[in-house]
Amino acid sequence: MRNHLPILPILIPFAAALLQMADAQRTFQRAVGLLSTSLLLLVTGWLTLLADDGLLRVYALGDWPAPFGIVLVVDRLAAAMTLLSALLGCVALLYASSGFDERGRHFHPLFQFQLVGLNGAFLTGDLFNLFVFFEVMLLASYTLLAHGGGLARTRAGISYVVLNLLGSALFLIALGLLYGTLGTLNLADLAHRLTLPGHDPALARLAFALLIAVFALKAGLLPLSFWLPHTYTAAGAPVAALFAIMTKVGIVAILRVQAIALAPALPDLLDSWLTTLALATIVFAALGVLAAPRLRALAAWLVLLSAGSLLLTPAQASVQASAAALYYLGQSTLTGAGFFLLAGVIAEQRGAAADHFRSGPPPATWQKVAFLILAATAAGLPPFSGFIGKLMLLTALREVAAGPAIWSVLLAAGFLVMIALARDGCYLIWKHPATGEQTAAPTFAWQRATATLLLVTAGPLFALFARPLSDYAERAARQLHTPTAYLAGVLATPSAQAAPQGTR
Amino acid sequence: MEALLATAIGVLTACGVFLILRARTFPVLLGLTLLSYAVNLFLFASGRLRLDAPPLIGAAASPTDPLPQALVLTAIVIGFGMTAYLAMLALRALAESGGDHVDAAEEP
Repeated sequence: MRNHLPILPILIPFAAALLQMADAQRTFQRAVGLLSTSLLLLVTGWLTLLADDGLLRVYALGDWPAPFGIVLVVDRLAAAMTLLSALLGCVALLYASSGFDERGRHFHPLFQFQLVGLNGAFLTGDLFNLFVFFEVMLLASYTLLAHGGGLARTRAGISYVVLNLLGSALFLIALGLLYGTLGTLNLADLAHRLTLPGHDPALARLAFALLIAVFALKAGLLPLSFWLPHTYTAAGAPVAALFAIMTKVGIVAILRVQAIALAPALPDLLDSWLTTLALATIVFAALGVLAAPRLRALAAWLVLLSAGSLLLTPAQASVQASAAALYYLGQSTLTGAGFFLLAGVIAEQRGAAADHFRSGPPPATWQKVAFLILAATAAGLPPFSGFIGKLMLLTALREVAAGPAIWSVLLAAGFLVMIALARDGCYLIWKHPATGEQTAAPTFAWQRATATLLLVTAGPLFALFARPLSDYAERAARQLHTPTAYLAGVLATPSAQAAPQGTR
Repeated sequence: MEALLATAIGVLTACGVFLILRARTFPVLLGLTLLSYAVNLFLFASGRLRLDAPPLIGAAASPTDPLPQALVLTAIVIGFGMTAYLAMLALRALAESGGDHVDAAEEP
């Protein structure tokens, strides 16, 4: 059982999805879904604790040793990311179970398949397998995005699907190039062969550049990020909350490929352009936050802003920067998702005014407090986790060459976000017609309020437990940046050593 | 053979990119299909082009690499599913907006 632990985060939602497809009864589907996500939470939590011993857990599918078969690799980073996706999945499903799932068929199995894709993408140690899990995740996300119907969702869906199909084509070209030049698709084996002579360095470089471009498309780096805001705005609240982690899949993939394969062999591939584009993304997103007409759009732009801030770190290739990125990633994902859920409940509360920033019936008191906490976290104000995350990022990026530019852009963007949030908060909380058209407050399903509040408390909790969390992030980053241990762990299977070369 | 295959991949990619840049959903769909053909051929070629070498041990003096063929098979299945979904989405946009523009916007 213990040996099979690494594959459980993929198998549990997979089995749940199959069960849910067998019986379309709503209550049954909800029960199975919630059971699956809570089980997932337990398993990934345990995995995260286990992974903290610093050993690499390598699970060879079908017991085929590393360069030949597909492996799942659990290190601290992978385990923590599956825990984060399980957390988000649990909360979003709780929210969706109070009526959102009734707006179309097959919501529940697709939700589980999305979790399969997310967890698989975090765990796999093989690039083609990464492609497959990306596609599982994307196919589920295409349909989840369209869930609920409406022209806005269809419109966002077309551009989202076309862009991602193009991304998949580029991904496959990159994989073909890698296999053609290096003769393997296992990440550890790729890193090993990159350091050996005998391959065409220009082709390998081109292949990795294409690969990073595809990950940048998923992460929302500036010239490739125009799809993100309107797609996330169009999605339903729980779906958008789950999508908040999808950009992070691209970022984690860039971090991992950079640390394992690029840092030892092609250290200058990301140098000249990634930081510049990430800064441009931050400026773009901050302007978007200022211009957002409604809370959902604001949350989408905030997701883009956090993606931009995170993309500052891979080019630095330092433990400190990656540690800051991991802490920032955790708290900003949960805050972004919290904004989406809050937008959902506020829209329901305010009736026709929905979550637009214009005068209308006021939201309930707990929603006002929730908005305040989330806004303070997102703007990076002191007692909350956004401040600690940003402080870690700024400290880590102080010494680098682009340091002054990074500092000014990050701080200016934070200022713009604070202004925007203060203005929008005024509209939501204070501006309502004086003539009391006091409509009776709609009764809330407890699931929605609980799910929203759970995510709202994440910000304060991340601040309260900042020490253990940032220590874990630092240990994870240190493990990430020791590629020799990764290579040894993945490739040190008996048959791999028996045939060290000539596996072509 | 290399020149022929390279030309085919190049022509398919060029046509695919041209069609994807159109503003109607049907040409975009066709363009994506052409592009995925090009990508599949490219993946196939990453295992090197060889004549009379089936990917089976014992069937020929030196078998060819079976892995790219498995990759192509996976890529075809995934691409086919995605294209089918995009076709459905385009039909739905046509029904909802009354036009086949990629922005699903009304005609000016």
